Formats: sequence, structure tokens, C-alpha cells
Amino acid sequence: MVNRSSRTSDNSFLPAHVLRDRLDAREISSAELASSTFQRISTTDSQLNAVLRTTEPEANSAAEDADRRLRGSGPEPGPLTGIPVLLKDNMSMTGVETTAASKILSGYVPPYDAEVVTRLKEAGAVIVGKSNLDEFAMGSSNEHSAFGAAKNPWDVARVPGGSSGGAAAAVAAGEAVIALGSDTGGSIRQPAALCGVVGMKPTYGLVSRYGLIAFASSLDQIGPITRDVQDCADTLNVIASHDPKDSTSVERPFDDFGGKIGQDIDGMRLGVPKEYLVDGIEPGVRSAFEDSLEVLRSLGASIEETSLPLTDQALAVYYIIAPSEASANLSRYDGVKYGAAAEDGLNAAELSQHTRGELFGDEVKRRILIGTYALSAGYYDAYYKKAQQVRTLIRQEFTEGFEQFDALVTPTSPTVAFEAGARMDDPYQMYLADVCTLPVNIAGLPGISVPCGFSEEMPVGLQFIGPQFGDDTVLQVAHSYEQATDWHRSHPPL
Amino acid sequence: MESLTSDELRHVATLANLHLTDDEVEKYRHQLTGILAHVQSLQQVDTDGVEPTGHATASNTVLRKDDSSTPLNREDVLENAPTTSGEFIRVRAVLD
Repeated sequence: MVNRSSRTSDNSFLPAHVLRDRLDAREISSAELASSTFQRISTTDSQLNAVLRTTEPEANSAAEDADRRLRGSGPEPGPLTGIPVLLKDNMSMTGVETTAASKILSGYVPPYDAEVVTRLKEAGAVIVGKSNLDEFAMGSSNEHSAFGAAKNPWDVARVPGGSSGGAAAAVAAGEAVIALGSDTGGSIRQPAALCGVVGMKPTYGLVSRYGLIAFASSLDQIGPITRDVQDCADTLNVIASHDPKDSTSVERPFDDFGGKIGQDIDGMRLGVPKEYLVDGIEPGVRSAFEDSLEVLRSLGASIEETSLPLTDQALAVYYIIAPSEASANLSRYDGVKYGAAAEDGLNAAELSQHTRGELFGDEVKRRILIGTYALSAGYYDAYYKKAQQVRTLIRQEFTEGFEQFDALVTPTSPTVAFEAGARMDDPYQMYLADVCTLPVNIAGLPGISVPCGFSEEMPVGLQFIGPQFGDDTVLQVAHSYEQATDWHRSHPPL
Repeated sequence: MESLTSDELRHVATLANLHLTDDEVEKYRHQLTGILAHVQSLQQVDTDGVEPTGHATASNTVLRKDDSSTPLNREDVLENAPTTSGEFIRVRAVLD
């Protein structure tokens, strides 16, 4: 086990539920927590570039409100009252610049709150700023940000993963207690794994996408990045809702997502789909994964190998469906209604073409082109429709798997964080970083990544996948594993 | 699979409303050819009679009542437009 510095006297690395106890005990105030968060960001973020902008005035005012609420005035405080939270910069917040890390949206100030922001504010959370990401959430390394790459706090020469790389790096480095990310093909779970924190993509439709800058609407889902599993459940309880403003938001009664946390997993049936132990898996990741299976066995879970043969097709399905939806969603950026625009002297059509050509980054243009090609006359059936049909078969394969198993367990990423620049010249190599996470989005399932060891002194993540609406089961098994290990207590020597 | 030609790539860029430089046309032509070759593997999957999936959680068309509600503040919305004129967003000439 890698020995890491421990600063228990410092609040920087404590989970929200522990900080809430300290807030209740009046050992610390929310205003002090906010202030120490900004202090931490100002001392560490010059090395990480995880935070694109902070929101001191809004945060200080929210922290004062939270302190009053904690002292008994106003609505009953909840688990997130007074807790510093960072938003991935593709979530709209009234009056705060929101760019999706794209030049085309630089200067854009949303006139409304995303539904998750409304819910965080109501819960008394203290929003401290906006985190870096790959432009429009398209990427697996955070190197496709128009505002500079974010770095991995365990080794700043390596990537933090993506696209929620800034969010994961910030939570790992003690710059925020909780961050909200979005996950279209692994964009919460993969960076959480690479930075050694917890990240969860809930079942599709549990969390409203209203106010989330759209990438691929049938796959996008907002979820928490936290320091432990309990915080993940508490955050999901706050942000999940049926929202009439998002027509894909599911209408069903929500129980406590953490309701099964603490129940033992003796007798739980866990499947290991062999296709996830791909050829490209690093030996250190494989060995951490195998050690994790031993831990799960020792907790009484039964573990069996299984097969999901269509896993090999998931990457192809994803790289047709996601770019196709993106090409449609991003057609709204035309240099007319909001954001930045190309120079003067152009007519309307040229203005739009030049704005998009000059202000979208390389990966965004690449995906728009792939998607436009796949949707164009003569190719629609061969690409988009075919991918949607294989999507049906992948869903069926998972459904059959969950007749035998309560949850599936896999590595989150086949590798630890790679060196910055290593995959920038080969888009397909970059896409392979999400090979273990994107089938979960295709099928709309809940998935969580928890820290499970180190390889090359870099964190390794363990993924649990549940059936649709089995979010509570996924949190239960992840919590059980986490509590039997110490990996989540490690933090980078920054 | 055959390589995309420059003309094909330019056609896709036109459909996508993207102005590309000649260097970009060359780069994306090669990269798209590579990516499309990878996704050809889907053609091996038998999908006869399989319904396509649009969204993973079954959802029907959702309708709402036609009630009025408070719209966004006009000044805040106009503030975001690159060029405005009074209460309007200014658009460049559509016809020369």
C-alpha cells in the first residue's frame, strides 16, 4: 500500500458528513469553511488549473445564510447545508459566466439556474465556483479545454481524466468538498478513478438536465464527485428530482438513495463481465482489481465471471450516437444569440460558419463532423439507425445479466492517469479511455467508481454497475467495499 | 473502407456550418476515415427486426398544460447577444 500524507487536523480532506457534524457542534462555521476553501484554491490551483472561476460574493452570502440556518433560523438544515460545492462549468448559474470550456461561450452569463443549482441552493449548499472540463464535455483527459488543461494532483505531469477532470482534481486536492460533474460516456467515473475520489453516474433521468449545456442528450447525466460514498448518496438525494422542464426526467417516487448503506452484502451476487478485462488493461490495474474482488468475497459476496459479448461494440455505438446528438445540439452556436462571434464584415451565413470554425476547438469540430456525416442522407441507416439498434441489444444483454446478478463489478478505467499529451494525436486512443464506462450510458444504468488501490503510485478505480433504478444497491455495495478498505482516505501530497 | 475525399469532407463541413482551413480538411479527412473504419464493426451485428433505442429509459412524449409562465428577463437575455439594437438582437445581412 502506498503511504500517503495524512492531515486529519486539516478540514481540506474531510467528507461532507464529517464536516456537517463539526458545523453542528459549532467547531467551525460555514463562512470559515468557505474562506478556507478559497484559501486552498488560491494556494494549490495554480498547479492544477482545476477551477475556471470562483464565486466569492455568492458563496459568502450563501455561507452566511447557511450559518443562520444551522443555528435554527429558517428551513431545517440538510446534509449539504453549509458545504462548499463546485459546479462543472457546463451547468448554468444565474449571473455567473458559464463557458463549457469553449471560446464560443466565453462571456456568456446565464439568466437562469440549472435545476441542480436550484436544488443545491435550496439545500443550503455553498457554491464556490466552476470547474474545468474538456470543451463541451468532449474528451477523456481535460486537455481539450479552451482555457488550458487541468492537471492530476497526484502527478501534475499526468492528466486528471475527463471530461469532469477539473471537478475530480479539485475534490482530490481539497479545493472543494463535493463537485457536480456530468457523465456522457464516463466523464464522472473515469476522472474520479484517475484522481482517487468517488464519482457516480445515476440512472438516466434521475437528475434533471435543465440548465446543463447539452452534449448528447440521450446519454448525458449529472452526478456527484465526492470524497466518500456516503457523501455521494447525500448529494444524489439533493439533486435527484422529477422536473417537468426536462422531458426525460423520470416520474417516480424517490426513496433515500443511501437507504441500503450499512446493510451488509453477505450473499450479494456480483458478476465480473470478462470483456471488461480488456487486452489493454495495465497489470497494476488488473492486480488492484483482483485484490478488490478478494475484499468483496471476504464481505460475503459471491463473485462469478460472466460475459457481455456486445461490450466490444459499445465504443462504436457510442462514437456514432454521441457525435450525432452533439452535431444537432451544437448547431445552436451561431454567433447571433449569445456567446462570442467572429469578426465584422461577413454576411449571416459566413458569420455562422466562421464563428463555429474559429471558436470551436479541435475535438468539438471533429465530433460535429462525425455526427453530421453519420446523420447525412445516404448514411443514416448504416450508421445512426444501426447504432440505435445495437444499443437495444446492449440494453437487453445488461437486462439479462441483472437476472443473474445484483450488480456488476469492473475496473473503471483500463489504465491509471496517462501522461499529458500522450493521446492527443490519436483520437481513437483517447476514446479507448472510456471503454469500461460508456456501455453504462448506452444502457442508462447507474455506475459508481470508488478508489481501490494504486499502480505506478497513481490511483486505481473500481466500478460497480447496477440495474436501472438500482442506484441504492450500487451505493450499498460501493460503501461496503469502501468501509472495508482505506483507499478513500489517501490524498495527494500537494 | 475507402478514404473520404476532400470534397466529401467539405460537403459534410458545409452541412455542419463549419468553415475549415485547407489543413483542417486534410487532417479531419484522415481522422474521420480512421474513426469510421473502427465503427464498421457494427455491421457484423445482426439487427434484423430490432427496434432502435432513442433513450435508455422508456419515455413517452411528455405534454404540459398550455399555461403561461414568467419568461426570462429580456435585458439579461439581450446582454448575451454579440450585437443588439434596442430591444432586438441584430443579425447580419441574410441576402447580399
